[in-house]
Amino acid sequence: MSKSTSILDRPILKPRTDQVSMSAYGYLYSELVQYHQTRASSISELEERLASSGYGVGFKILELLSYRNKDNRRETRIMSILQFISSSVWKSLFGRAADSLEKSIEHTDEYMIFDYNPITSNFVSVNKAVSDAYISGIIGGVLEGAGFTARVSAHSVDIEEGEMKNGLIGMPSRKDKAVFLIKFSEKVLERDAKLDR
Amino acid sequence: MAYLHLFIVNKSGGLIHHRALSHHAPQIGTNEWLRIGSTFHSLHAIAGEASPVKAKHDGIELIEGEGLILCCFQTRTGIKFVITAEPGTRFIQNVLKEIYVAYTDCALKDPFYELEMPIRSDLFSEAVNDIMGRFGNR
Repeated sequence: MSKSTSILDRPILKPRTDQVSMSAYGYLYSELVQYHQTRASSISELEERLASSGYGVGFKILELLSYRNKDNRRETRIMSILQFISSSVWKSLFGRAADSLEKSIEHTDEYMIFDYNPITSNFVSVNKAVSDAYISGIIGGVLEGAGFTARVSAHSVDIEEGEMKNGLIGMPSRKDKAVFLIKFSEKVLERDAKLDR
Repeated sequence: MAYLHLFIVNKSGGLIHHRALSHHAPQIGTNEWLRIGSTFHSLHAIAGEASPVKAKHDGIELIEGEGLILCCFQTRTGIKFVITAEPGTRFIQNVLKEIYVAYTDCALKDPFYELEMPIRSDLFSEAVNDIMGRFGNR
């Protein structure tokens, strides 16, 4: 490889278009989970560890995407930061937007991002939600970096009849979807309510 | 003409997966399958040793009998995929290779799968079902 094509010499402003194969990613991510698994004493600790490795990614991707964004704006409202996550962040990390973003009906401080095919649990049979904790960490990192303190957790929900979405080519279709539950802290909600006036 | 049974033996001769591929398959208990798996593993190794020609792919690839054919595919890492079928069944090698692909996708890439351990993955079972569906045997 010539020097000019080194990753460090590339302009940071340009979005990257090169892609990694799903298999290479699959094995790498599997190693990450196994690394944490050997160091965690329980499933919940594994979840925490995966979330904390995602946290740094989220924090940095927020910085990077804000920098690349021409008008250099910073999201200040709950809805807009969530839209930023489910579209811009998702697109830059996974090459597509999240499947949907919803507000919880029962709890006003909770929001949900749905994904039918999160890449962290494509190859997983059990403990899908544990594997998805990495993405919940990314979301948590973006939110914390943008000044929205929140607790984010990953869950796996069975999909209903007729809701079928095609999964990866060559893999059996998935019967569940990932839900990333975002619970904002009171302060954030108060601030957002003030901005409404 | 139908596929009967699939079993997978790890590199030390332990049975890590077995299942019937059709309802014609003879009912054999798991203990028997464990025995068949390790016996086949030894036979495979001895066949490799006994072969006069040192070919790249040694061991047993195919055993044909009047009532049964047994087809084996050994991967680079020493895992053996074996299918038994009724005589005249075609495309067994292709099916074995597809199952190998399913194994790499559904077991090896699964962070919670431990190497050389039994495969208890719903994804893998479903992938094998899909393959069986494609090769016309349910």
